[in-house]
Amino acid sequence: MIEAKDLHFTYPTGLEALRGINLTVDDGEFLAVMGQNGAGKTTLVKHFNGLLKPTKGEVLVNGVNTRDVSVAKLARNVGFVFQNPDHQLFSETVEDEVAFALKNFGFEEVVIEKQVDWALNLLDITQYRKTSPFMLSGGERKRVALASILAWDPQVIILDEPTIGQDYQQKEKLQQFILQLNAQKKTVVIVTHDVEFVAECNPRVILMSQGKILAEGIAEKILTNQKLVAQASIVSPQITQIFLELADLGLPTDVIDVHEATKILLARLRDRR
Amino acid sequence: MAVIETRDLTYTYPGATNPSIKDVSVTINKGDFVILTGPSGCGKTSLCRCFNGLIPHFYNGKLEGEIVVAGLNVVDHKIYQIARHVGLVFQNPENQLFALSVEKDVAFGLENFAMPRNEMRKRVDWALQMAGITELSERPPHELSGGQQQRVAIASVLAMQPDIMILDEPTSFLDPVGAQKIFEVINELNKKLGITIILVEHRLDLAAKYANSVIVMDEGKVILNGTPREIFTSEEARLIGVGIPKATRLYQQLKQHGIQLKNVPVTTEEIANLLREVLKHD
Repeated sequence: MIEAKDLHFTYPTGLEALRGINLTVDDGEFLAVMGQNGAGKTTLVKHFNGLLKPTKGEVLVNGVNTRDVSVAKLARNVGFVFQNPDHQLFSETVEDEVAFALKNFGFEEVVIEKQVDWALNLLDITQYRKTSPFMLSGGERKRVALASILAWDPQVIILDEPTIGQDYQQKEKLQQFILQLNAQKKTVVIVTHDVEFVAECNPRVILMSQGKILAEGIAEKILTNQKLVAQASIVSPQITQIFLELADLGLPTDVIDVHEATKILLARLRDRR
Repeated sequence: MAVIETRDLTYTYPGATNPSIKDVSVTINKGDFVILTGPSGCGKTSLCRCFNGLIPHFYNGKLEGEIVVAGLNVVDHKIYQIARHVGLVFQNPENQLFALSVEKDVAFGLENFAMPRNEMRKRVDWALQMAGITELSERPPHELSGGQQQRVAIASVLAMQPDIMILDEPTSFLDPVGAQKIFEVINELNKKLGITIILVEHRLDLAAKYANSVIVMDEGKVILNGTPREIFTSEEARLIGVGIPKATRLYQQLKQHGIQLKNVPVTTEEIANLLREVLKHD
């Protein structure tokens, strides 16, 4: 469990990035952090693995104050995948990259091998195991970064913009994989601008603006609230936009899913006949 | 009039065993707004690097077939000659920005063209304004957020007013409202200034309405090439994981259940209008 209590953070430049965040993320939860560029989303999640320590207030990970432990120690439980994979990758081959943390944590050779195989396979990059990460495309590098974190099986996984550069099939796989992790009681926190991805997963959403939490709730409620959406510089999912345009015909305006939309329209057309 | 023409273009990076681009033959006309899409790793970025000569001049490797851009044979011309016609906005803005202030970064290309100072001043201000970052002009690019950096990268290419602009996922770090604004800026450049646009994008929901053509690549090959409507309703596009816009998906779902709308919609407005007709008539 992650708890943020009256969390404030000011960068050395004087920028007040977080201004009193109170938040609890339960084990096995899927949380999406959304909001405008510069709202403090990445700054917030960097507190969850101790990369940043609060200027005021506190963050507890499984009851332990992040001020009292090193990042190295926290990292065993909390894996963080950066927005830009180039901030994270450095090894000569994909395989070495994915094995790196496992070696640091002192796992046995057989375990490392097994975990690396598993992670490469999961992210569809087995064919690149001997390739330099820097030879790969942007989307593939992103998956290498993800594999290198998943390989050591942390309890909490933080993904900063995981869908960048990913095609539709990769996004679908990511969604299934996150649900699988949740079923194993693992916590997944994503920072994202990808409204359509969030609409398909329907996780709990916290909407941030200017260092504060503007609203929280299930995606279906947050993403269809026009006032909140405008305040946070995001847009509603396309399905919601379509239904909003037809609101005068009595269609509901809180629909985000294409299948639900189809059902509603079919029912409506049948009634009329 | 064709501004980019390739015939049987095949390219292999140095040290690689398989080509990243295979037998690509495409024609892009002046004033086109093309979306280039396809699965991650399919060769989109590599093809863009051919369009501005980074391939083969910077990356080396083995290039076969023909490629002519803005009337210049890419193999026989230097990158700086091609750069006068083609601007490339990189996928990762950090790979592009290097100056100590936003303004200097935006002016860099113009300095290389030896443009007179007054004119340069005007161009830089215009580009900053178009990209919505006038207030950032004195800031160091490396201190900016990912989204802001993307705008700087766009402004620095824009300042050169190229005939052809290639943008490789230019809004991936931007919030949806910011992304929409950038797409509108790109659309304006295309419609008002007639700049040919090649946009590499997965999120077709956002970009589809501006484009007149979509090229889909898979495993280094061009497998589909047509109008957005043709591509989004094709079975191949769905199978290789092209992100069909929700408006088109909803159209397909309804069709499966026996409701046939009059046209294939690409945007939310289009499908809303089509639905309105059906709902009213019934």
